[in-house]
Amino acid sequence: MALAKRLIPCLDVDAGRVVKGVNFVDIVDAGDPVEAAKRYGDAGADELTFLDITASNDNRDTIIDVVEAVAAQVFIPLTVGGGIRSVADIRRLLNAGADKVGINTAAVTNPQLVREASDHFGNQCIVVAIDAKSVETPEGSPERFEIFTHGGRKPTGLDAVAWAVKMAESGAGELLLTSMDRDGTKIGFNLPLTRAVAEAVDIPVIASGGVGNLQHLCDGITEGGADAVLAASIFHFGEYTIGEAKAAMHQAGIEVRQ
Amino acid sequence: MAETIAVVDYGMGNLRSVAKALSHVAPKSTVQVSSEASVIKNADRVVFPGQGAARDCMKHLRSYELQDVVADAFYNKPFLGICMGLQVLFEHSEENAGIPCLGLVQGDVRGFIKDPDRPHCKIPHMGWNNVQQVAAHPLWHNIADGAHFYFVHSYYVAPELAQWNAGETDYLNRFTCVIARDNVFATQFHPEKSADDGLQLLHNFAHWKLT
Repeated sequence: MALAKRLIPCLDVDAGRVVKGVNFVDIVDAGDPVEAAKRYGDAGADELTFLDITASNDNRDTIIDVVEAVAAQVFIPLTVGGGIRSVADIRRLLNAGADKVGINTAAVTNPQLVREASDHFGNQCIVVAIDAKSVETPEGSPERFEIFTHGGRKPTGLDAVAWAVKMAESGAGELLLTSMDRDGTKIGFNLPLTRAVAEAVDIPVIASGGVGNLQHLCDGITEGGADAVLAASIFHFGEYTIGEAKAAMHQAGIEVRQ
Repeated sequence: MAETIAVVDYGMGNLRSVAKALSHVAPKSTVQVSSEASVIKNADRVVFPGQGAARDCMKHLRSYELQDVVADAFYNKPFLGICMGLQVLFEHSEENAGIPCLGLVQGDVRGFIKDPDRPHCKIPHMGWNNVQQVAAHPLWHNIADGAHFYFVHSYYVAPELAQWNAGETDYLNRFTCVIARDNVFATQFHPEKSADDGLQLLHNFAHWKLT
C-alpha cells in the first residue's frame, strides 16, 4: 500500500485531431481526441497527456476546444503541453479543464515563466518538460546530459541535471523528462539520464522517450527511479494495452492502480 | 422538481471538472456553479471544493461573503467538501505561517514533513493512493476498501474527535483523508479526477438520502 507509480499515455494533437493513430479494435474515429481519451481512461490510464503540435497559429485555439470536450467526459488528470508561452496561455488551458500544463521551450527562453506560473496557479499544475540527450565527454570524465529544444534539434549548452534542479527550485511541480536520444528508437529510456535527474530533484519525474516494450516501462521506474512513465506509440498502434502494461509493472513489484 | 446541486465558487481553482463530473453521475439534477449566497442557500446539496493556499481560500471566502452560507449548508444539508474544501472546515491551518479557518470541525491542518528514511515520499503528495475505509458510510457504497483515489496536497487534516474519521491514507504518516458525520462528507482526494471510483462516490453523494 503506497502511492502508485503512474502510467501516462500521450496523444499528439494537430489542429484538434489526434495524429499518429490510435489503434483500438472498435474505435470509430481514431482522430477524435475525446474518443481516444475515453478509451485510455476506461482502460485504466492514470493520467493523460495531450501534446499540441499544431504548427499554424490560426489553429492554436483548437486545443482549447479539445481540452473542454475531453474534460467533460474523462475523469482523470489531464496535462496539456505544446506552444505555451505565457501565464495567459496557462490560464486558458486550466479554465478549459486541464489539470496541469507542460512548459518546454518557453522555460528555456524565459525561465521566469515557471516561477510566475507556479506563483499564480500552484506548483502542482506546472510540469516542466525537459528534452535531453547524452553528450560526448572526454574519456574517464563523468557522463553528461544536455538540454535540447525545438523538438530536439537545437542544443542549448545547458546541463540537464543542473537545469532540472533549477526548474524544481523555480516552482516546477513535476518534470517530464524525455530521452531525446531514445525518442522513437524503441530501445528504452536513457536510464542513466533518468536516474541522474530523479536523484537530483525531490519533485516527481515522468520518464519519456524510447519505450518499445513493457520491460522498458518497468525499467524506467525500478532502474531510472521515475515516479511515472509516459508512452505513446506502443499503445497507439495496439502493440500493448494499458492493462498489460499495468500487469507487467505489478509483476515487477511496482505499486500500480489496477 | 429536479434537485439542485450547488458547487461553491469562491475563486479558488477551476470548478469545471467537479461540475461536469456531477452532471455526468446525476443527469437529472441541476448543477450550478455559483458565488451567490442565495443559490447555495436554496440548493438541495452543496459541494464545497477548493484549490490553492489556505490564506487565499479564507480571504476569498470572506470577500465573497460565503462563510455563513457554507456553515449553514454544513449543518443542514448533504454537504461534500473536496481538497481545500475539507481543510478550511477545520479550526486552524499551519499553511502560510498559520491561518485561522472556519472552525466547523475541531482539529487542525498540518504540513507533511519530509522523512530522510523515505526519500521517495515527495511533497506534495501527488497521485493515486489507497484509501482505507475506517467507518461505514453510504458514500462508500460500491467502492472497495483500499481503492485508489487521486490526491494533490501538501497539508492534511487532523480531527480532534476520532468519530469524524471515515477514511485514512498512508503517506509519510497515516492521515485522515475523509471526514464524515450526519450530513457531511469531505475528502482530501479529488473524486472528480479519480476515474470510476471517484464517479461512484459522486453518484453516491448526489443520491444520498439523509436518515
